Amino acid sequence: MEKIGVFICHCGSNIKATVDADAVIKEIRGITGVAFAAQYPYMCAKAGQSLIEAAIRDNSLDGIVVAACSPRMHEATFRKVAESAGLNPYMVEIANIREHCSWIHRDGGEATVKAVELTRAAIAKVRLNAPLFPEENSVVKRALVIGGGIAGIQAALDIAEAGFEVDLVETTPSIGGKMAQLDKTFPTLDCSACILTPKMVDCASHDKINILTYSQIEKIEGFVGNFTATIRKKARSVCMEKCTGCGDCWNKCPVKKIPDEFNTGLSNRTAIYIPFAQALPLVPAIDREHCIKFKTGKCGLCQTVCQPGAIDFELQDEFATEKYGAIVVATGFEVIELGKFGEFGYDNPDVITSMEFERITHGAGPTGGELVRLSDGRKPKSITFIQCVGSRDITERGKPYCSKICCMYTAKHSILIKDKYPDIDVNIFYIDMRTPGKAYDEFYRRSEEDFGVRYIKGQVGRVMDMGDHLAISGVDLLDNVKLELKTDMVILATAIQPATGIKPLASMLSASIDTNNFMTEAHAKLRPVESPTAGVFLAGAAQGPKDIPETVGQAGAAAAKVIGLLAKDILLSNPCTATVDINSCNGCSLCGLVCPYGAISYGPTKVDEFGYKTLERISHVNQALCLGCGACVVACPSGAMNLLGYTNLQLQAEVDALCLMNSDR
Amino acid sequence: MNFDYYPGCTLKTKAAGLEAGARRAARALGFELCEIADWQCCGAVYPLGKDAHAEKLPSIRALKAAENAARPLVTLCSACHHVLKRVNDDAAKNKDFRDTIARYDEDLAYGGGATVLHYLEVLRDFVGFEELSRRVVKPLTGRKIGAYYGCMLLRPSVVMAFDDPENPTIIEDFIRALGGEAVNYPLRAECCGGYISLSNEAKANELSRKILADAARLDAEFLITACPLCAYNIRKQNQLPIYYFTEILEEALDVKL
Repeated sequence: MEKIGVFICHCGSNIKATVDADAVIKEIRGITGVAFAAQYPYMCAKAGQSLIEAAIRDNSLDGIVVAACSPRMHEATFRKVAESAGLNPYMVEIANIREHCSWIHRDGGEATVKAVELTRAAIAKVRLNAPLFPEENSVVKRALVIGGGIAGIQAALDIAEAGFEVDLVETTPSIGGKMAQLDKTFPTLDCSACILTPKMVDCASHDKINILTYSQIEKIEGFVGNFTATIRKKARSVCMEKCTGCGDCWNKCPVKKIPDEFNTGLSNRTAIYIPFAQALPLVPAIDREHCIKFKTGKCGLCQTVCQPGAIDFELQDEFATEKYGAIVVATGFEVIELGKFGEFGYDNPDVITSMEFERITHGAGPTGGELVRLSDGRKPKSITFIQCVGSRDITERGKPYCSKICCMYTAKHSILIKDKYPDIDVNIFYIDMRTPGKAYDEFYRRSEEDFGVRYIKGQVGRVMDMGDHLAISGVDLLDNVKLELKTDMVILATAIQPATGIKPLASMLSASIDTNNFMTEAHAKLRPVESPTAGVFLAGAAQGPKDIPETVGQAGAAAAKVIGLLAKDILLSNPCTATVDINSCNGCSLCGLVCPYGAISYGPTKVDEFGYKTLERISHVNQALCLGCGACVVACPSGAMNLLGYTNLQLQAEVDALCLMNSDR
Repeated sequence: MNFDYYPGCTLKTKAAGLEAGARRAARALGFELCEIADWQCCGAVYPLGKDAHAEKLPSIRALKAAENAARPLVTLCSACHHVLKRVNDDAAKNKDFRDTIARYDEDLAYGGGATVLHYLEVLRDFVGFEELSRRVVKPLTGRKIGAYYGCMLLRPSVVMAFDDPENPTIIEDFIRALGGEAVNYPLRAECCGGYISLSNEAKANELSRKILADAARLDAEFLITACPLCAYNIRKQNQLPIYYFTEILEEALDVKL
C-alpha cells in the first residue's frame, strides 16, 4: 500500500489569504493512499524543507505532493529534498495552487475547492509515479564553430583560450566574413580590416583552433556533449601545405571576368583567386565552374607558373568526421535581393546598396576608394540615402523587422562622404532614426550638426533615371510636403536576412528558426545565446540583426556557455523521455515525423508476444536526444508511446480525479 | 475561344473607340466578346469603400453571369476591371462579405468563382504576343509610343496580379508586338490625378503634365492607355496625343473602319 505525503504551502499570504489550508488538509486526509499531511508558511524555506525531509523518513513515504507555487519555481528544490531523504526525486508532484489558483481568484470558498481539486489530481498522479534514473553521458571536449565571420572568430578564440579544441568551419576560401568587406566601423571610424585582421591571425596561429575554410557541414548527428559532424572540405585544387601565397597563379590566370563576390560584383576576379589581400589562409582556390582547365582540359597556366608545385587539379572533395561536445552557429547575414523593389530603380548603376558603397569607399575596392558614379565615372555632386529598404516592411516583399544596423552605418557613410568631399550634398530619407548604443546618438548627431547632412523624415516613392541624373520623388513628413529631388547617386540601406543555408543547417541541428529564418533562442530574455536544442549556441546575426560590438559580445557569451558545458565530464540526461511499448508499436513512422529533435529511429526489434517471437520494425527513442516534449505520444495512433513521468495512465488518473470531483458536486 | 464581356458605361459614350477597336480586333484574332445581358454600372471606384455592399451588387451580378456561363469575364476599361477584380477577390476571400451579399438576395449568393481578365491579358495569355505580332498587317514601324498604365490596372498588385506594379512591361510588349518602339519613360505608372480633376483641377493638370513632360523628354510621339479617365486628364493638356490601346491594335491589324 502506497504512503503519500501531502504538504500545503501558504507562501506567506500569497496562498493562505485566498485558500483555506486547514480545509484543504481536512479534505485530502481522507483520500486513499494519503498517509501524511501538513502545512507550513514557506515550504521552500530551510525549515519547510526539513519538515518534508523528516516526514519522508519518519513515515517511510513513497511519494509526496507539494501544493505550492508553479513547478517552474521549486520543483527542482523539492526533488532535491526528496533525494536527500532517500526518496527517488521523480516521486515528487507539484500541485500549483498559487499561479493557477490563489493569485487568480478572489472568492476564497471557490479557490479552496479548486486547491483541493488540484491537490487531489496530483495525488492521483503520484500514486502512479515510478522511480526514474537519469543516464550519464560523457562530454567530448571539442567545439564546432560554424561560420568564420567576426562572430565565429570571436567564439573560437574565447573557447580555445579556455583550453578546448575548436574547429572553425567557413564556406568561402577565407575567414573574415562581412566585416572584412567593410571600410570603416561606427561610431569610432576605425578601419574594419585593421581591427579584424589581428583577430584572424590570432585564430590561425592558435594551437587549439583548426580552421576549415572552403568547407561545408554535410551532416550533424548526436546530442549535447556527443555530436558527430561530417564536414565536406571542398577541393581547393591547391595544396595547402605547399602553397606560399606568392600570387603568381592568380596574376597569370587568363580567366579574368568573373564577378568578384568580395567586391559585391563591382569588379572581376580570376578563376584561381583569393577573396581579398589579407585572406586567411593565404592560399587560393580554383573556381572550377569558370576555370578553363576544368571546362576544356586545356590551359593549366597556374600549374606551370607555380614554383612550389602546389596546384593539383586532381584533388577531390574530402569528408572529415569529428565528434564535438558543443556547437556554435555563427552563420551571419546577407542583404536581401532587390528584384521586388522596382521603385528604387536598382538596375541603374548609380543606384547601389550600402554594402556596395562600402566597397566603393574602400581603398582596396573596385574604384580604389574614389567616390565616382558607376555609370560614367563622374564624381557625384549630390548623394541621397534611402533607409529601411525592405526593412519594417510588412508587405509580402519585405521584412517586418528593423535591420538595426542601417541608421548607424548610413550616418557613418554620410560622414565618410562629407569628410572627404565637403562639397557633395548628402540627403538621408529615414522613417525613424534608431541610434541607441554607447556613443551612437552622438555620432549620428555629428553627421547632421557638424557635417551638414540633411535628414528628411519620410519615404521615397520612386527613383527615376533622367539621363544625366536621377530624380527622386519622396515626402517630407515634418514639413508635410511632397519632395522632388535631383541627385547623382542613390544608396539603399537594404534589409539584411540570415545567410542562405541556415534552413538546412537548422534542420540538421534540430534547432528551430523563426518566421524570418533567424535562429531561435531558448528564451528571448533569459537564454539569449542558447538554441532550444541542448548543446547548440548562437552568435551574431544568425540569431537576429546585430552590429559588430553586439556580435562580439554575444559570441563571447556563447563561448562562455560552451566552456561551461565542456568543463563538465559527465552530463545527466533528463529521464522524462518518451518510451515505446514494443508490443503495441506497429512502426507506422508517425512519431518520427513529429519529433522535433530527430530522436526517433526505426529498426528491427525482437518482439515476444505471448511466447510468439518475431522481428518487427519498431520505433526506437534515443534517450539522449529526446527532450520529453510529448509530441510523439500525441501522434501515436496505437498508444504505444508514453512519456516517462507523464504516462498516459498518469494523465488519465489526473483527469479522472478532477472529473470525479466535479461530478460529485 | 469566346469570352463574356463587361463593357461599362464609358465605353458606350465617351470611350466608344476603346470598345469598337477591341471588338474588331477580337474578330480578326479569332475570338468573340459576348456582352453579358443587362449589365449595370460598376460604380467606378466609389463602391470599393469597406462598408459599401449594395454598391457592389452590380459587379456581383456581372461576375455571377460569367460564372454561370463558365467563361472568363473580359473588361477593357481600367476602372471597371479594377472594381470587378477586387469585388471578385473579396467574394472569394471574405466570408462576411459573401454572407452580407447573400442576405440582399439569395440568388446573388456568390463565392468568387469567376475569372476576370483584362483584354490585354487575353492578348498576352490567350493569343500570345508572338502570335499577335505574326497577325500584324500594318506594323507600326518607327512609331515611338509611350505606354501609359495609370494606377488602376496595377495596384493593389497582389489582388490585380496584372504585372510588376513598379516596372510593368505588358503594354510595352504589346507595342513591340505591333512593330512599334516602346518609349520606356519613368513616370508611365504614375497617377494622372484621376477623379481629383473634379475637385482640384489644377492638381490633376499638374500631375498629368508631369507625365507628359517625361514622355516628351524621351521623344514619345503619343501615349496609349486602357483607361478612359487617364485619357480624359491627359488629353485635356493638349500636349501629346493619347489613344486607346485598341485603336492602335485595329490599325496594326488593318481592321479599322
